Amino acid sequence: MRQRIDGRVAFGAAVLALVLLCAVFAGVVAPHDPLEQDLMAASLPPAWGAEGDRTHLFGTDSLGRDILSRLVWGARPAMIVAFAGATLAGCIGTLLGLWAGFFGGWVDASISRLVDIWMSFPAVLLAIVLVAVIGTGLTSVVLAIAIIDWTRFCRVVRAETQVQAGRDYVTSARTLGQTRTHVLWREVLPNVLPLLLTLFTLEMGIAVVVEAILSFVGLSVSSDSPTWGGLVQEGRLYVNQTPWLLGLPVAAIALTVLACNALGDGLRESLDPLQRPLP
Amino acid sequence: MPWSLLGRRLLWALPTLFGVLVVVFVLLRVAPGDPVAMMIGPGATADDIRALRAVYGLDRSLSAQFGVYLGQAVHGDFGRSITQKQDVSSLVAARLPLTLELSALALLIACVLGVGTAMAAVGWRGAPAERGVDAATGFVTAIPDFLWGLAGILFLGVLLPVLPVFGLLDSDIRFDSRSGFVLGESLVRGRFDVFGSALLHLAWPALSLALPLAAMIARVLKASLLEVLAEDYILIARVKGFGPWHVLWREALRNALGPALTLAGVQFTFLIGGTVLIEKLFGLPGLGNMAIDAVINRDLPLIQGIVLTFALLFIGVNIGVDAINLRLNPRLRG
Amino acid sequence: MTLPNECLRIDGLHLALRASRGHPARLVLRGVDLSVAAGEVHALVGESGAGKSMVGRAVLGFVPPAMECVAGSVRFLGKDWSRLDQAERRVHLGRDVALIPQDPLTALNPGHTVGSQVADVLRLHLGHSRAQAQARTLELLDAVRIRAPATVARQYPHELSGGMRQRVLIAIAFACKPRLIVADEPTTALDVTVQREVLRLLRDLQRDEGAAVLFITHNLGLVAQLADRVSVIHAGRIVEHGSVREIVESPRTDYTRALFAATPRYDRPAEALRSIDEAVTDALNAEAAAYDEAWWRARARAPTASAAVEQGHR
Repeated sequence: MRQRIDGRVAFGAAVLALVLLCAVFAGVVAPHDPLEQDLMAASLPPAWGAEGDRTHLFGTDSLGRDILSRLVWGARPAMIVAFAGATLAGCIGTLLGLWAGFFGGWVDASISRLVDIWMSFPAVLLAIVLVAVIGTGLTSVVLAIAIIDWTRFCRVVRAETQVQAGRDYVTSARTLGQTRTHVLWREVLPNVLPLLLTLFTLEMGIAVVVEAILSFVGLSVSSDSPTWGGLVQEGRLYVNQTPWLLGLPVAAIALTVLACNALGDGLRESLDPLQRPLP
Repeated sequence: MPWSLLGRRLLWALPTLFGVLVVVFVLLRVAPGDPVAMMIGPGATADDIRALRAVYGLDRSLSAQFGVYLGQAVHGDFGRSITQKQDVSSLVAARLPLTLELSALALLIACVLGVGTAMAAVGWRGAPAERGVDAATGFVTAIPDFLWGLAGILFLGVLLPVLPVFGLLDSDIRFDSRSGFVLGESLVRGRFDVFGSALLHLAWPALSLALPLAAMIARVLKASLLEVLAEDYILIARVKGFGPWHVLWREALRNALGPALTLAGVQFTFLIGGTVLIEKLFGLPGLGNMAIDAVINRDLPLIQGIVLTFALLFIGVNIGVDAINLRLNPRLRG
Repeated sequence: MTLPNECLRIDGLHLALRASRGHPARLVLRGVDLSVAAGEVHALVGESGAGKSMVGRAVLGFVPPAMECVAGSVRFLGKDWSRLDQAERRVHLGRDVALIPQDPLTALNPGHTVGSQVADVLRLHLGHSRAQAQARTLELLDAVRIRAPATVARQYPHELSGGMRQRVLIAIAFACKPRLIVADEPTTALDVTVQREVLRLLRDLQRDEGAAVLFITHNLGLVAQLADRVSVIHAGRIVEHGSVREIVESPRTDYTRALFAATPRYDRPAEALRSIDEAVTDALNAEAAAYDEAWWRARARAPTASAAVEQGHR
C-alpha cells in the first residue's frame, strides 16, 4: 500500500538533511575558514546587497569573517546538541515515564511529584543555573538539555503507558505468566515508540534553541568555534550597523526549528491515527 | 465543596516549594566557582576570604546553612545579595512588578489573539481561509519567544524602525514609580506620556511572549469549539431561535474553554519563564534580567530568592487555572 | 391549498442525500404528504431508518448539511417554510414551533442552570425582563409537575434525573405557547415508568395549550394512548394514514398490520414475538426502488417533469 509522503515530512527531512550535511561536511561545504579574519573586508553586506561581494555570499562580520562559513560550521554544535540532547532527554524521560505509567502506586506518585518540582523552575533559569554549575562546553549544554527537558518525555510517555497498560494485549501477556518488566519492555514499549519519534524531533528543535540561548548568554562553547547562538549574540551587538549579522543566524535557527516541528507533526499523523494531543 | 479542591492544591504546593528550595540550595553549593572569591578584589588574603565566607555563612555545613536559611525565610528574611549589597526581598520586590506587568500584558494579548483566531477559524470552516489559519498557527507555535523577540528587533526595531527595542522608557522621560507597576501607576497618576512610552517599549516583548501561546490557544480552542458545536444542545439552542453569534459566544464557548484553559495555564508558566530571556534581550529592568546576572555572578542568596519567587508564581498560576476551571465547568463541582 | 384548520401541511416532500465521491444522490424522503390540524396530536410512526426524524428536521428547517430538500413544500402558518431563509425562520423558531428532543441528557447545555435555559427563550421571543422571565420559568416548571421549582431552576442539568430533564425540555418547548410542537421520540431515552408520566404530562399540556403535536415514534403502544391521527412511514414514504381509531382497529395495508402484530403486548404476554414479515417489507422496498428510478429519470429529463411524477403519486 503506497502512502503519499506528507509534505511536512518531506520539508522537515529535506531541511534537516541539509543542516546535517553542513554539520558533517563543514570543511567541504564552507567556502572559507570561519576563523579567518580579513579586516579589509569587514562588515560586508550579503552578495545581493549594494556593496556585496560574490566571494562572501552572506557577507562578513566586523572582523571580516565570512558569515556563510560561520553559519555552516555552526551547524555542527547545533546538530550535536540536537541529537545528543534529545537522545539523552528521551532516554531518561522515557524510562521514568514507562516506570511511572506502568507500575503506578508510590512509584508513580514520587515521579509525578518530581516532575512537578522540576517544572516549577523556569526552564531558561534552570538551564543557566545548570551550565553555571557544570561549566561551559558542549557536553554541559547536552547535559543541561537532558536534565531540563526529560519531563516532557516523561509526562507523555507516562500517559501513553497508562493507556497501553490497560489494553487487552497486556492483560493477556500477564495471564500467560510473563513478568511485569518483561511485558513493559517487549509489549508496551514498541507501542509507545511512534509517539517517541515525534517527541524526539520536537526535542531536537528545542535543543537547538536552548543552545542558541546559552550561547547568547555566553555560557555555551568557547567563543572561537562559531555557534549559531554566538552569531546571534554578535549580531545583536551590531544590529544597527550590520543587521544581516543577526538576521541570518536567526533565520537558520528558525528554519531548523520549523523543520523539526514539521517532521514531528507529519510523522505523528502518519504513525498515530488517533492523534492524541501532546501536552 | 469545590474549595476543598483548591485547598488540597495549596497543601500540595508546600512540599513542591520545599523541593524547589532544596534543589536550588544544593545545586548552587556544589557548583565550582566561589562567589566570595569573585567578589573580593585582588590582593585579598586567605583570612579576608574566610572572614567574608563566615559573614555569608558559607563556612558551615550544607544542612546547617539550609536550616539557617529556612529559619530566616519564615520571618521574611531571604538574605542579602552578594553582588548588590541589598536585601534579596527588597531587590525582588523592586523588580517583580515589571515582570508581572509584562507577563500580564502578554497573557492578555495571547488570550485576545488566541480566542479571536479560533473563532475566526470556526467561522471560516470549510473555506480556504481556514487552512490558512491552521498553517499560520502551526508556524507561529513552532517558533519560540526568543526568536520572535530577535525577529522583532531586526524587523521592527532596525529595518523599519517602528518600535523601540531597548529599555522601558524613552530616555527623556522621568518617572519615579512608587509601586514598581509602571503601566498601572502611570495610568492612575494620569501620566499618559509615561504610559504610552512604556506600552510602546513593552509591546514587542509582550508580543514575542504572547505569539506562541496565542497560536497554541487558537489550535486547541478551535478543535474544542468544533467538538462542542456538534453537540445536541447547540442544535436545541438554534431550534430555540438563537442566531449563530449567540450560539457561538454564549452556548459553545463556555463549554469549549475547558481544555484550552488547562493547556494555556501550563503554557503561561512557560511564558513567565520566558520573561527571563526576553527581559535580557530587550534590556527591561525586570526580575528575569536580574536573574541571569545573578547566576553568572554566583549570587547565591539572590538566585535562591528569585527561583523561589518564580516557583510561587507558577503555583499561583496553577491554582488560578483550577479555580477558573471550576467556574466554567459546573460538573467538576459536584 | 391550506385548509382553514390546518396547522402544518407537508406536500410531496423529497429529501435527498447529496451526491459525494463514489456515491450518487440518494432519496431519503420520497414524496411525504402529511397534514396536521390545529390542536391535533399527529403520530408519525415507523421503524428506525424510515425517515421519520428527517421529517421532523425538515419541518423545523434543520436538515443536516449532507442532505437537501429537492422537491415539495412545508407549509406552516400560511408560509412556505422550506423557502424561507434562516433569519426569517429564526423569528418563528422557538416561538411558534418548538422541539422536544429525544435525548434529555445531551439536549441541555451543561454549563448553564436549567432555569436560565428556560428563561432565555422567554426573553428572546417574548421580550420578558429578567424578573418576568424568572417568574414565568417557575410557573412553567410547576406546570410540568416539577416539585420545588425554585430549587430546580438553580440546578445544573447533570444534577437532575433523566425524567426531570425531559420535563424541563417540555417546559422549554411550551414556554412561548407555540402552535406546533415536534416531539422526536421524547420518551425513548427514559425508563418505562417515567415514560408514562411524561406522556401523560405531554397530553395534558397539549390539551390545555391547544398546541398541535407532531409525535414521532417507533412505539405503537404510545400511539394508541396519545394520538388523534396517525401516519405510517416506511422507506421515506407515507404508507398509510388515518384517524387513530381507523389505523388501530382496521389497518388497510399489510405493513401496518404487520407493524401492529409485531408490537409486544403486555396484555397478551404468552404470544410469541413476531417480526415483520419480510415479504411485506421486500414489497415496499421494491416499490421504493421503482419510485426512485422513475423519479430520478424524470428529474434528469427536466427538473419540472418530476412534478408530473409527484402528481401521479398523489
